[in-house]
Amino acid sequence: MSTHTEHQAQQGREPVDVNDPRLSRFDVVQEGARRDDIEIVHYEEQVVPGSKAERRLTRTVALMFLLTGLFATAFLVIYIWWPWQWEPGRGGDKLYTPLLGVTLGLALLGIGFGILTWGKKLLPKEVSIQDRHDQVDNPEDRKITGETMLYLADELGVKRRPLLGISLLAGLAPVGAVAAAPLIGGLIEQPHKNNQMFTTGFAPAEGGEKIRLIREDGRPIRPADVSVGGQLTVFPGIEGGVSNKHADSPTLLIHLREDDAQKSRAANERKGHGDYMWGNYVAFSKICTHAGCPASLYEQQTNRLLCPCHQSQFLITDNAKPIFGPANRPLPQLPIEVDEEGFFVARSDYTETIGPDFWERP
Amino acid sequence: MKRRKFDAAALPAKTAGAVDDRFQVATPLRKLLNKVFPDHWSFLLGEIALFSFVILLLTGVFLTFFYEPAMTEVTYDGSYAPLRGTPMSAAYASSLDISFDVRGGLIMRQMHHWSALLFMAAIVVHMLRVFFTGAFRKPRETNWIIGSLLFWVGFLAGFTGYSLPDDGLSGTGLRIASGIILSIPVIGSWVSSSIFAGEFPGTIIISRFFIAHVLLIPGLLVALISVHLGLVFKQKHTQWPGPGRTNSNVVGERMFPRYALKQGGFFMVVFGVVALMGGLFQINPIWYFGPYEAWVVSAASQPDWYVMFLDGSTRLMPAWEIHIPIGNGYVIPPLFWPTVVLPGILVGLSTMYPFLEARRLKDYKHHNLLQRPRDVPARTAVGAMAVAFYVVLTLSGGNDVIADKFHISLNAMTWAGRVGLLVIPPLAYYVTYRLCLGLQQHDREVLAHGVETGIIKRLPDGRFVEVHQPLTSADGHDGHAPALDYVGWVVPKKMNRLGALGPAIRGFFYPIEKPAEAPVSPGHPPVEPRPEREEISSGESRR
Repeated sequence: MSTHTEHQAQQGREPVDVNDPRLSRFDVVQEGARRDDIEIVHYEEQVVPGSKAERRLTRTVALMFLLTGLFATAFLVIYIWWPWQWEPGRGGDKLYTPLLGVTLGLALLGIGFGILTWGKKLLPKEVSIQDRHDQVDNPEDRKITGETMLYLADELGVKRRPLLGISLLAGLAPVGAVAAAPLIGGLIEQPHKNNQMFTTGFAPAEGGEKIRLIREDGRPIRPADVSVGGQLTVFPGIEGGVSNKHADSPTLLIHLREDDAQKSRAANERKGHGDYMWGNYVAFSKICTHAGCPASLYEQQTNRLLCPCHQSQFLITDNAKPIFGPANRPLPQLPIEVDEEGFFVARSDYTETIGPDFWERP
Repeated sequence: MKRRKFDAAALPAKTAGAVDDRFQVATPLRKLLNKVFPDHWSFLLGEIALFSFVILLLTGVFLTFFYEPAMTEVTYDGSYAPLRGTPMSAAYASSLDISFDVRGGLIMRQMHHWSALLFMAAIVVHMLRVFFTGAFRKPRETNWIIGSLLFWVGFLAGFTGYSLPDDGLSGTGLRIASGIILSIPVIGSWVSSSIFAGEFPGTIIISRFFIAHVLLIPGLLVALISVHLGLVFKQKHTQWPGPGRTNSNVVGERMFPRYALKQGGFFMVVFGVVALMGGLFQINPIWYFGPYEAWVVSAASQPDWYVMFLDGSTRLMPAWEIHIPIGNGYVIPPLFWPTVVLPGILVGLSTMYPFLEARRLKDYKHHNLLQRPRDVPARTAVGAMAVAFYVVLTLSGGNDVIADKFHISLNAMTWAGRVGLLVIPPLAYYVTYRLCLGLQQHDREVLAHGVETGIIKRLPDGRFVEVHQPLTSADGHDGHAPALDYVGWVVPKKMNRLGALGPAIRGFFYPIEKPAEAPVSPGHPPVEPRPEREEISSGESRR
């Protein structure tokens, strides 16, 4: 209490007795504010009580609240009775979510604007000034707290008994490691288990059997299935070959036109991949070497393959070399041939690493 | 036996007394009710983020009741006919069920998504407000750092949430994320295989993202937001300069009732707008994208807007690979720079900015008064530069769509982005700096010579001059009005700001006649009561 009276004395004000029956309620409020270092310097009714303006504003606010009730009820009615199950075509069910949104939104806006109007128009305008007290107003307190904290260290006597501190740290360090160990130990995975980052589903089976190229529906592919200039996404003909279990295996099989095929073959030979093509067919990994999106937009006229994620472009007739965009590495090529039954097979797995680059990629 | 009469009117006072006896809350409660908040429209931007977060929590809890965070393969058998019989993950199937087989599930999902976008947008706009007005200066550096972290934690929340439906689009995003993690030198493949439990995509990532999205990240957000608000409360809000406003006071309204009512109303308005958007504007229609399959993607796949700047930086990065010829050879792929290094630099720069500026200006004082952006040209220009950088990256994140819609070559768009990223920010710096100086100069000019009236006067020697209305009536020594000092607040530049013209007649159906406001700066109720205006009359009394 003494601080209040001191403060009031500083400001040259008489302390107010809040039990004084002559004080109005606002006087008490004002006194309370003063005790929190707040001066209400301006307080002005916005509407004259009983005036036409007040009645009009009251009606407006009331109307908004009533509209809220109306829309909320409409929301409930729609929620319960409107047909909501999805049906093919342009049925009424397509309006279910919009109607819920409109009724809920308007109901909430009704409360919102009602409260806002109430607060902004009907309540008195005021200007109050509060002291911030954000400077250090008592350096002594700082000193005392500082000394108290230093004294804590004295009491513990770590300086005199350094062994305690050292042994505590030495004891706690492994405890910290114990807390982290299960988390790290449980999560950590060897990335090169089964050489998984360097192999795909096209790796020959254990008996050395070559893996067939199959379509999405699992059927194997004959050369005649892909027309000249056409392309087809193919997968390894193994269990789960089409699924995300082999997310590194999707491959694009392209039937090049004669002149493009010649260019491509020449490029293959330059790279020492002379036998990777079969006839005029080439197969490249579909997984972009930049960030792993499927590079799937093939432009027939220019033989460019575009990755739609970051617009890397690969020139198919030049070993799928990146010619624009952020990719730094050509798409790996799958060596293919046709088996005795006339279906495409992979002669071996990819000879380069599939997908986004990483530190230890050779 | 006497029946004790139950006095309902005395109940609140009695209860309050009983509570206060036990917890002594009267004084702290009074302090809370009385706390003064300064008011300005720009102070409400952070609130939008807060309110969106509340909506996110509400709608998010609803979604968890129906979502199944598992990658087990199931065959879809819900009411959406086009996908019936398709094998997909349980996560995607349950997201479809939320959209089609849970009553009101779709609007909840869409409100959740829209409020997430709004949350991030409000954070960014609020951050710009704080930056350009210098509200981050001492003693508020901590809150600035927390705010910047909130953006990145919100970013993570958004990304993990975006991945949960496991649809075609989000799976592609996830694959890019795995590529980004792989690109980190030395530890990349280890981190990636630890997060995905093996090779991408594995079978557990959705479950891990789920717990991060519904527990770890929201927990962190709640903690950061609480500290953020607590500090605003403790340190008190900044205010614009103006009459009676000093560095050591707060001029505004007490928290209750008017300020709190306005806040509550504003929350309901934000909530209502989100509900309208969730109902009317379709967002992330996952049923069109199909389940995630590693070999399917569509053109124009864009991430949510707050990720687009990183997508843009990735697109613009030239294919510069760093090869280290030791042993089998090691690689730092180009993907590493725009997606790991750039965000790292951005976090560092943005969190350290308050200290960098204080160091450069050798300014270690407390600042509770805001600055108009024009008064600190260097900071404003740096901010404009950062915004330009961000906008170029964000636009580049959609450069394929721009190229498609406007029939521009895609490669030209990429090159424009690359060049623009280097040229436009410095240009923005220069232009903003000059604009600030120009605005400052005009303020000083008006303070010295007065407001342009639009009245042209012909002088006896035939010259034409415009009449200026001085802002003060006090006479200087030579008969001219003395130049006024600039005090860091709006200078009136139009005659009706000085009360020379009546305000436009208000009212929709019938005019609301009101006396003109006394000349004050906008955003300020007058400190003194308005002087009564005299009625304009013919001069002779009616009576």
